[in-house]
Amino acid sequence: MSREYVMGNGAIALGALVAGVNVVAGYPGTPSSEIIETISKYPHEGVHLEWSVNEKAAMEVAAAAAYSGARVLVTMKQVGLNVAADPLMSLAYVGVKGGMVIVSADDPGPISSQTEQDTRAFAEFCRIPVFDPASPEEAYQMIGDAFEYSEKYKTPVLFRPTTRVCHAYASIDVADHYEAKKYEGFVKDSSRWVIFPRLSLTNHKMIEARNPEIGKDFSGYRYNSSNHATSQKAVFASGVSYAYVYEFLKDYPEVKLVKIGTPYPFPEDFVRKELEGVREVLCVEELSPYVENQLYRLFGLHHLDVKIFGKRSGHVPGAGENSADSVARILTEYLGLENKKSAMDLSDAPTIPVRPPVLCAGCPHRASFYAVKQAMKGQKAYFCGDIGCYTLGNAMPLDMVDTCLCMGAGITMAQGFHWVDKEAKTFAFVGDSTFFASGMTGVVNALYNGADMTLCVLDNSTTAMTGHQPHPGTGRNMMGNIVDKIDIVKVLEGMGVARIHVVDPLKLEEAVAAVRECAKTPGVKAIIFKSPCVAITKPAGKACINDSCINCKKCINEIGCPALIIENDKVAIDPALCTGCGLCSRICPVGAIESTKSSGNSSKGGR
Amino acid sequence: MKKDVLLCGVGGQGTVLASKLIAAAAMAEGNTVHSAETIGMAQRGGSVTSHIRIGEEIGSPLIPFGQADIMIAFEPAEAVRNLGYLKPDGIVIVNTVPVRPTTESLHPTGYDGVEMVEYLKKKATCITVNANELCAPLGSSKFFNVAVLGVLAASGRLDIDGETVKKEIMKRVPERFVESNLKAFEIGGTYACN
Repeated sequence: MSREYVMGNGAIALGALVAGVNVVAGYPGTPSSEIIETISKYPHEGVHLEWSVNEKAAMEVAAAAAYSGARVLVTMKQVGLNVAADPLMSLAYVGVKGGMVIVSADDPGPISSQTEQDTRAFAEFCRIPVFDPASPEEAYQMIGDAFEYSEKYKTPVLFRPTTRVCHAYASIDVADHYEAKKYEGFVKDSSRWVIFPRLSLTNHKMIEARNPEIGKDFSGYRYNSSNHATSQKAVFASGVSYAYVYEFLKDYPEVKLVKIGTPYPFPEDFVRKELEGVREVLCVEELSPYVENQLYRLFGLHHLDVKIFGKRSGHVPGAGENSADSVARILTEYLGLENKKSAMDLSDAPTIPVRPPVLCAGCPHRASFYAVKQAMKGQKAYFCGDIGCYTLGNAMPLDMVDTCLCMGAGITMAQGFHWVDKEAKTFAFVGDSTFFASGMTGVVNALYNGADMTLCVLDNSTTAMTGHQPHPGTGRNMMGNIVDKIDIVKVLEGMGVARIHVVDPLKLEEAVAAVRECAKTPGVKAIIFKSPCVAITKPAGKACINDSCINCKKCINEIGCPALIIENDKVAIDPALCTGCGLCSRICPVGAIESTKSSGNSSKGGR
Repeated sequence: MKKDVLLCGVGGQGTVLASKLIAAAAMAEGNTVHSAETIGMAQRGGSVTSHIRIGEEIGSPLIPFGQADIMIAFEPAEAVRNLGYLKPDGIVIVNTVPVRPTTESLHPTGYDGVEMVEYLKKKATCITVNANELCAPLGSSKFFNVAVLGVLAASGRLDIDGETVKKEIMKRVPERFVESNLKAFEIGGTYACN
């Protein structure tokens, strides 16, 4: 045993390795990305590890391995599960042979996501079990359990940590030796592995009979637990909310606290036993009122006279994340406790400046957006954004993202705008990783249907927002192999995009000229704005402002780079932030900003 | 030992390394440690926090309001933003050099951190540190994240031996930066004594 201090995502990774996982596939997405990264850093002989091109691909790669008896782990964030929903829904009917655990990390808040969807509800929709860890320590143990249950019931299972479990750190005792599972290999059997309506019906009947059995099995599961207090008022909690409740109730051990570690199939027998003598229940959970709804159903079925408090009653907020503090307030009210006022009164605090996230100083995306903005000045145009760092192009003063919906949507939405407003020019901004994940089919759609649009690929040769993962365009994969880079230009040429420009966005004049040319040309055009991510590249140099500055602030008002600051009422450069990208010097009307080059411009090679 | 330490600042200031070093040093001395970080979009110049919880029998990964023994604030407004986490008798170690949000350049409000530091002093026991002055001998204020650990160690508020922290710096910082980070730690310790 060795003691490791790891993030919740690291605990999930190590738990899977100890469980003998054979194949791990996923797509980066906060808060799930560090699972695959952790596996790559620990010994994983005999394990196939990949960043798949998207979540659907990851699910399908893993499914075939699970059909062959291998243990597989699939990782994604909650919205990734929407992309992988097609294979998963069918897979739930077909089932698996080797254990298949799908980690779908939920993000209450949301902190870095488009939605507050709930994977527990998704599991019920798929009719497959779901595990809900309350801490990194629990996640480490639960992953192994999830593989066991998956194999016992021959079904894929979901595993849903939330951001505060994924990104919390704890000490985990990790076995020194573990090895990948030995598996039988694929045994052909078309009556089992080929989904047809007949098989679906047969298996659907089997699943509906099986799930209550799993619920019974879960009634004895170690992470559906209780403190065995005998109060009339009970508290039910799941996920990290349990940790908040647990800490608060340490001073009130007489209050019954029940943890639900497997929300679906609901462990009814366990819950009914815990409800003996209970008159009121408070459900503390995040996202949907999932456990709460299960209790309503249970009480209805068995005509139990127990009052439920939670999201429906307004005691727990219906949206956003819980915190130790919000849970303390909820419990204080529910239990009728005296208000323990330990925090200080800050009502007299001065106004605190807001601090929205921004594109980094020197980020080439800023230059790309600015080039398009300059070229389209005075013309009617729609700018469709996408998912990645470049969503931050919406901030003032750039204001260059009119829409953002989901991965790859910018490309297809630009076409929709064209069909309803042919006067306007439409642009789609997409990152290189997102282009491979779900952008390519959108380009084919544009070509096939004869749309008019300009595709702007913001190619910084990495997946920046989620922590610089490699992708098909980078020439590296997670097995440590150097592979042929998939060339975005060749992909577009192959599809039949006739007009393709490749420009360095930091060469502003060339970039603006390329945009102007594309805007004039009918059909589907593409501009590849190619410049590496500044977070993993050595700065090119530093900018400095000379005496000819007239303090017009055009640089600040046009591009809003964080390195451009006001000091003693004069425009200045923050040398700690400036990367010497030179964009501001091209905007200055009097040539007052000079860039000094630093020696060499080599990549740092990761963080 | 049971201690809750909150680090706060702006994405890019190096709070994550500082938090890892505190956690590692506390663990090296036999404590059970939990922590939680801000990761993701907020790292791009937004507000960030790290919660470090030292001691057995802790449930929540986040420190409840009014329970932090120590707050290490890398930026004065961030200190005020998170002050609710501090115990009434807790201590704040705060960098007085403000990080102005980009919006401040576009729509100046005159934010310079001074009002924040005054407020902090009124509300809590403070050790104020000017990161630029402290780190001047190191050539970059980027070393503040380790220098402030020297200030923390010398303050005597966290029962962890300075030598343990140094060992963790040697273990966890890339080799070519070890020397300058050890120097940063020393400088922080001296500063606190003056």
